[in-house]
Amino acid sequence: MDPSAVISLLLVGLARAMILFIVSAGLTFVLGVLRVPNVAHGSLYMIGAFVAFTIATAFGQSSAGFWFALILAPLVVAAVALIIERGLLSHLYQREHLMLILFTFGLMLILNDLVKLIWGAEYRSVTPPEILDGAVTLFGFNIPRYSLFLLFVGPLVAVGLWFLSNKTRLGKIARAASVDREMVGVLGINVSWVFAAAFVIGCALAGLGGALVAPTTSISLGMDLTIIIESFLIVIIGGLGNTWGALIGSILFGVSQSLGLLFFPQFAIAFPYAVVVIVLLLRPRGLLRSAW
Amino acid sequence: MVKALVEPRWLVATGVILIGLLLIPFGAPLFYIYILSVIFVTALLAMSLNLVLGYGGIYQFHHAVFYGVGAYTVALILTRTSLPWWVALLAGPFVAAATGLIIGWFCVRLTKLYFGMLQISLGSLVWIIVYRWYDVTGGDNGIHDIPMPEWLTTFQGAYYFILAVVAVCVGLMFLLIKSPFGATLQAIRDNPQRCEAIGINVRHHKLIAIVIAAFFGGVAGVLFATLERSVFPGLLFWVLSLEILVMCLLGGWFTFAGPLLGAAIVVALRTVASRYTDYWTMVLGIILILLIFFLPEGVMGFIQERAAAKRTAPHPQRVEERSGS
Repeated sequence: MDPSAVISLLLVGLARAMILFIVSAGLTFVLGVLRVPNVAHGSLYMIGAFVAFTIATAFGQSSAGFWFALILAPLVVAAVALIIERGLLSHLYQREHLMLILFTFGLMLILNDLVKLIWGAEYRSVTPPEILDGAVTLFGFNIPRYSLFLLFVGPLVAVGLWFLSNKTRLGKIARAASVDREMVGVLGINVSWVFAAAFVIGCALAGLGGALVAPTTSISLGMDLTIIIESFLIVIIGGLGNTWGALIGSILFGVSQSLGLLFFPQFAIAFPYAVVVIVLLLRPRGLLRSAW
Repeated sequence: MVKALVEPRWLVATGVILIGLLLIPFGAPLFYIYILSVIFVTALLAMSLNLVLGYGGIYQFHHAVFYGVGAYTVALILTRTSLPWWVALLAGPFVAAATGLIIGWFCVRLTKLYFGMLQISLGSLVWIIVYRWYDVTGGDNGIHDIPMPEWLTTFQGAYYFILAVVAVCVGLMFLLIKSPFGATLQAIRDNPQRCEAIGINVRHHKLIAIVIAAFFGGVAGVLFATLERSVFPGLLFWVLSLEILVMCLLGGWFTFAGPLLGAAIVVALRTVASRYTDYWTMVLGIILILLIFFLPEGVMGFIQERAAAKRTAPHPQRVEERSGS
């Protein structure tokens, strides 16, 4: 087998892992702070992709359109998340996990049909900007420029999230509130708004993931169904609520899928699932320390 | 000490309903006979889930796998081998139970949300094999025109067959819940630590419950295959699993007949709503969210609570909430 082809394939797998990471980082952030397993997270990712399509189309699919879409799509998703949190979710935090899962499943059903209502069932696409189009040759390997871009954005988001939860006041309050919500409230902090902020940030990451994936794939109904299950698995093997765990989980997921493509193309998508099973057998509570 | 398992009036009510259901094919249009058959199959599926979910407190998030495995077993045996039809129908539930044993064996090491997520990943593994292994399972096309004996291919024949099997299975599940094993299972749900302390092997009991639930889920899958004479990968997709959970919630977990009622409501609503709108899932989503806000104990739970307003025993759900997760 051609070694440079293998390395290119692995790099593309890593780039895909970065999108998985951004989406699952949002999911794990919400899980860690709010203890809400958000099944509708995948739908928000899909909405992010469709909004990115609409914005890019409004700019005639130009380079500027892509950059606007990349900034605006997460904001639109954040607005949707804010409405959901204030209107519905904030009344349900005391319920058990099963109810919260079913609540977000209900949201997923509604959001998916709304997407069908607004954008229809056709396949859509976004053209990548000129500077990210095509491939570059690095150390003799052919790598798509867009993959390099993703490999740059992923770690940026990881550092940003780490900074947010460890160095800012909001992050510190959010972490404290996830351990003992009542105590933080007693200290005179408005926990309700901290939770809202955490939910909105987590969902905005889903929107960002959707906007980032838009140029690499065809945007269609049903794209939420695979990403949500994948990001749940990544969050579980990484340790619930742990951002770095999500990063490691995503890389394991992306790379094992690439290796699967090399050896058993037909069952490539089964490889990451097998990795998940092995990880959970060895470390049932995930690789890194869970926030719970 | 012999104690009546069921109050006589409930026994009479059940008998009357059964006789009514037996008479329906003589007057009703074929479409209604078919819809009722779908309701019976779905109800059995939801009730089998409730065995572990409501009575065992186990987060069985991917129950549809056992349904799909049961259906696919029938389809594969009848299209790929020359074994007689009854062998296929008998094999379905046992293959589903074996799948339950394997998946359950991995899952019982974990609890609550971790349990549910591991089950989803293991179940998705099964789904992928079915979805991708074109040569054997037909991939996303599924398998169609499964040969069945003549008498099972008519709507009436299928109706009576399904009614009989579902009635027997529901009876068996009822006996199971009233048995010492069922009591132990409910004790584990309410307080696993204390059960462990008095010498009950919690994992062992949970595993047996999962295998039994998988068996009955497999029976439902077999019935689906006999009714529709086709199978497809959607039968073991995780979205279906969540839909079954919704049925249990709608009817009311912690009640025996709740999931039956929930399944009937969902199937009936889907049938009616699909006639008027393409957006049935949105309707279901709105119903689900309204339920969570206004009727979290489900329809049956609500009725029971009204009927027994003076009941003093704490509700199992509250016990669970207090003990935390």
